[in-house]
Amino acid sequence: MVTARAATVTDELTSAVRPRLARSVATLILLFLAALLALGVGAAVGSVTIDWHDLVSYLISGRAHDPTTTVLLGEIRMPRVITAGAVGAGLAIAGLLMQTLFANPLADPYILGVSSGASLGVALITLGTGTLTGGFVSMVGGMRIGVVVAAAIGSAAVLLLILVIGRWVRSVVTLLIIGVMLSSAVGAITSLLLAFADPDRLQRFVMWGLGSYGGVTRSDLAVLLPLIIGAVALSGLLARSLNAMLLGELYARSMGVRSGVVRAVAMVLTAVIAGTVTAYCGPIAFLGMAVPHLARLVIGTSDHRVLMPATILMGVIASSVCSVLAQLPGDDAVLPINVTSALVGAPVVIMVLLRSRRLAGAV
Amino acid sequence: MHPGLRLEQVAAGYRQHRVERRIVDDVDAFAPAGQVTALLGPNGAGKSTLIRSLVGLQPLLAGSVTLTGADGRGSDLLQLSPRERARRTAVVLTERVEAGLLTGREVVELGRHPYLGLLGRLTNHDRQLIAGVLADLQATDLAGQRFAELSDGQRQRLLLARALVSEPELLVLDEPSAFLDVGARVDLLALLGRIARDRRITVLLSTHEVELALRMVDRLWLIHDHRVSTGAPAQLVDDGRIGRVFGTRHAHFDAPSGTFRVRT
Repeated sequence: MVTARAATVTDELTSAVRPRLARSVATLILLFLAALLALGVGAAVGSVTIDWHDLVSYLISGRAHDPTTTVLLGEIRMPRVITAGAVGAGLAIAGLLMQTLFANPLADPYILGVSSGASLGVALITLGTGTLTGGFVSMVGGMRIGVVVAAAIGSAAVLLLILVIGRWVRSVVTLLIIGVMLSSAVGAITSLLLAFADPDRLQRFVMWGLGSYGGVTRSDLAVLLPLIIGAVALSGLLARSLNAMLLGELYARSMGVRSGVVRAVAMVLTAVIAGTVTAYCGPIAFLGMAVPHLARLVIGTSDHRVLMPATILMGVIASSVCSVLAQLPGDDAVLPINVTSALVGAPVVIMVLLRSRRLAGAV
Repeated sequence: MHPGLRLEQVAAGYRQHRVERRIVDDVDAFAPAGQVTALLGPNGAGKSTLIRSLVGLQPLLAGSVTLTGADGRGSDLLQLSPRERARRTAVVLTERVEAGLLTGREVVELGRHPYLGLLGRLTNHDRQLIAGVLADLQATDLAGQRFAELSDGQRQRLLLARALVSEPELLVLDEPSAFLDVGARVDLLALLGRIARDRRITVLLSTHEVELALRMVDRLWLIHDHRVSTGAPAQLVDDGRIGRVFGTRHAHFDAPSGTFRVRT
């Protein structure tokens, strides 16, 4: 009797579970194809439109039909497209980590102040004329690498500070508030520098702050890609613990999750991603906060084992689309990424959230 | 050793800036397996604090907590690894659970967390266990719905199912009836009694529903003046302890009927 009941129950169960899994896999495949398409369009569109024959032959043989296109693809388009994809995937995953960790749908990769640390670093190097930074500025200030290094040091410093503080703070809500406070305080120092800055130098800082994928070269990618791919891959190890965290930190701990470890790992990964992105592309706002919401709506679950791949692919798509929209067709001018992502992205996200109110606003 | 949960010289409370604030102290108590034990006490007496400290969710200030299984072997709960402890104990907490977009089933599946590998793949055994518990709690219909869209009572049932699928020897519930209607509270206690007997596990719950607990649980732990005294419900009624702890200026405990009355 009991076994008979168990058997029918199992039948019902498999019939309930299988379609859900099948649907998730189908959605992921579609997202993957969409991501490829978005990357392809990203490579084709720009000051010169490259037709897809050229693109395919470049991808297969490493050269397009004419040398100019080969160079254009190899030196400009490919780095930009790969950067857009990596940045999108990285920021989206980092945003998801923070939203789940803090159980807060408004959290983003910069919530702990990592970008304000980077901004301060860059502000010091681009605006700094004082005796302290003067030497360093005259040494590397003219070079891009100076900006990258300064941003990396700035974000690492803020991360270190928040990790140290985090050791004494039990509640994630308190940690979140401390992150926001720290961010404001560091931002204030940057503002102070801006107030006394020479307008020419100010221009450079403002341009950096608007965000761009265009400045990343092939040699930059050798650093940027491994860092972001590594951090994104490692975040996959947290998937099961993050699922448990959805019930709240206490429940997670009661299930054997070492919440302190998960918290520290998630914070380090997020800071590595946000710090790397900010260093090379400037603070790219918006994507990290918005993409996880889109991914949840598309995949329809908060199960991180499915949601994480969906978020990565959705990040690639969103970031590539923003990058394409930033290219004014037939013109060399490129809009800052933060302009397109927020101007186009915000209405899209608002519309999607309003249309599916049932799922909206969850973590 | 008798199967069950034994507390010896336990102190629970908070430690802030290396200063201890003991809310309950010198606790020696036993909750036997196969029975429901209710932790009673006035508001702010430290029921939640004690309960959380027992299962390692907040540091125990002193003493030892021993869980003895059906095989008669006891182990110090707080010395176990978090994973091992999670296999032997399960909790249902008061705090509101949001659970994002998870379905009822996904929430219940999380109960298998301490047994699963890195990918969290459920085996057939896991699935059957989950289906069995859901059927037992009449929660199979709820499993397909989103957790966030269910009523408090339905959520409670799924959280209980989540706790049971981890096959605990000790089930701890913090104010499980807080959001429930009167009828549902009675049902819940009856269900917990059946669970404790059928599964031979120790069930410990905190509640401020004194009258209901007196009628429906097997054993009481009563917190008052930072100490815990224990006994069968009838015993604590007869020696007047219930009346002394819960009586107020306007309410007095009427022992024969087991209810509180307005003083006239």
